[in-house]
Amino acid sequence: MNETIRELLGKVGGLPVPVAELADDADLYAVGLSSFASVQLMLGLEEAFDIEFPDSLLNRKSFASIAAIEQTLTHILKSKEAA
Amino acid sequence: MSLAALATDMSLGARAHRVAAVAAQFADAVDREARFPQEAVSAMKTERLLGLQIPSRLGGEGATTRELAEVCSILGQACAAAAMVFAMHQIKVSSLVEHGAESAWHVDFMRELGARQLLVASATTEGGIGGNLRNSICAIDVDGETCRLTKDSTVISYGAHADAIMITSRAHEKAAPSDQVMTVFRQGQYSLEKTATWDTLGMRGTCSDGFLFKGEAPSVQIFPKPFAEIAAQSMLANSHLLWSGVWFGIAADAVSRAQAFVRAAARKSGGTTPPGTLRLAEATSLLQLLKSNILCGLKTYEDAKADPDQLSSMAFSIAMNNIKLASSETILTIINQAMIVCGIMGYKNGTPYSLGRHLRDAHSAQLMISNDRILSNTSTMLLVQKPDTSLVG
Repeated sequence: MNETIRELLGKVGGLPVPVAELADDADLYAVGLSSFASVQLMLGLEEAFDIEFPDSLLNRKSFASIAAIEQTLTHILKSKEAA
Repeated sequence: MSLAALATDMSLGARAHRVAAVAAQFADAVDREARFPQEAVSAMKTERLLGLQIPSRLGGEGATTRELAEVCSILGQACAAAAMVFAMHQIKVSSLVEHGAESAWHVDFMRELGARQLLVASATTEGGIGGNLRNSICAIDVDGETCRLTKDSTVISYGAHADAIMITSRAHEKAAPSDQVMTVFRQGQYSLEKTATWDTLGMRGTCSDGFLFKGEAPSVQIFPKPFAEIAAQSMLANSHLLWSGVWFGIAADAVSRAQAFVRAAARKSGGTTPPGTLRLAEATSLLQLLKSNILCGLKTYEDAKADPDQLSSMAFSIAMNNIKLASSETILTIINQAMIVCGIMGYKNGTPYSLGRHLRDAHSAQLMISNDRILSNTSTMLLVQKPDTSLVG
């Protein structure tokens, strides 16, 4: 999952630094993730994991770092399994 | 209420109406001469409106956004420029109240702002970035306990008349354009070199000249939170709601003038209604729609206010964006209707039914943060966010 997120982030994130250099807990907005790029990232993640982000998770915090995205995805995948 | 009773009524509404009376008296001169509405702002200070929002424990009145929007509307019915100065000041104060409570310097500044009725201006736009306030080119230089900043500010509304300026920049020299902070600089800590003159179609009294800003201040005056959070959690909602309050005021006054025109005409002609009467009815329907739009926005903000996650959610941003779009577009239609009702008497300056200033002022609404930019942001978010289809909830 971490790899897929990093791969997508590299592709659509438009960050001025290489994704490989980012720590899992690095603040993506501080590095330069724009709101447009974050939406592109969300769309990519929805496609890659065959999920849909619920409205309640569409906020800054859910996508603030690679670790936060992992947490958000894990949460969604778990509730998907339970359903 | 008698005049004597109004003079001593200390309710917020009465205080705002007293300021509005002063603002109305000078509105045409402020507009014609493109000058700062000094009399109205002095009246705001006398009625202690500048510190309204400061919490009571710091000597203010803890006014809500709803109460502030009502003041904006009352002032907007008298002088849109004075009302907009009030609104822009309160938007800055909302950032202090929401994001400065944990910083000793900002707490002290709030106390002083209330006590001395200081006027705060905003410097978010910059040459080279257009109107995208979420990006900066300039960077603040933090050197231990001192910070320095130079910014090519293309617009600082009433900058030359403010007691302090809240200004955005990148957080440090190597920061990305979106990694921003906001800093309060007090008069005496900065110099302003005028680079552009505000000679515009409307909102002329906001004196939104361009300046080269150069400041040096203690580093504790930098807000301890990233500007991204401040923008999302206090500025977005307060800007769109308080601006809308001002715009509602402009439109409401236009409708009042149209109604006065129709009444006068009907009385003169022994009860026969002039042809514009239907338009008046239409305009009041739109005014009611505008009111519902703003009230709905106020409720959405009040419901979300306690939860930072909700305030920074896409759903909330879209809701606030939509309030702004609807308000800024509707007022033009309303004022145009009122103009058709009043005819040449509305088109002409210096009649009791003049609407030229209203129409010119109202044209700024769709440009201050361009509606096209807002639509573009919303349409991006709608790639993932579902539209709000609930009626009541």
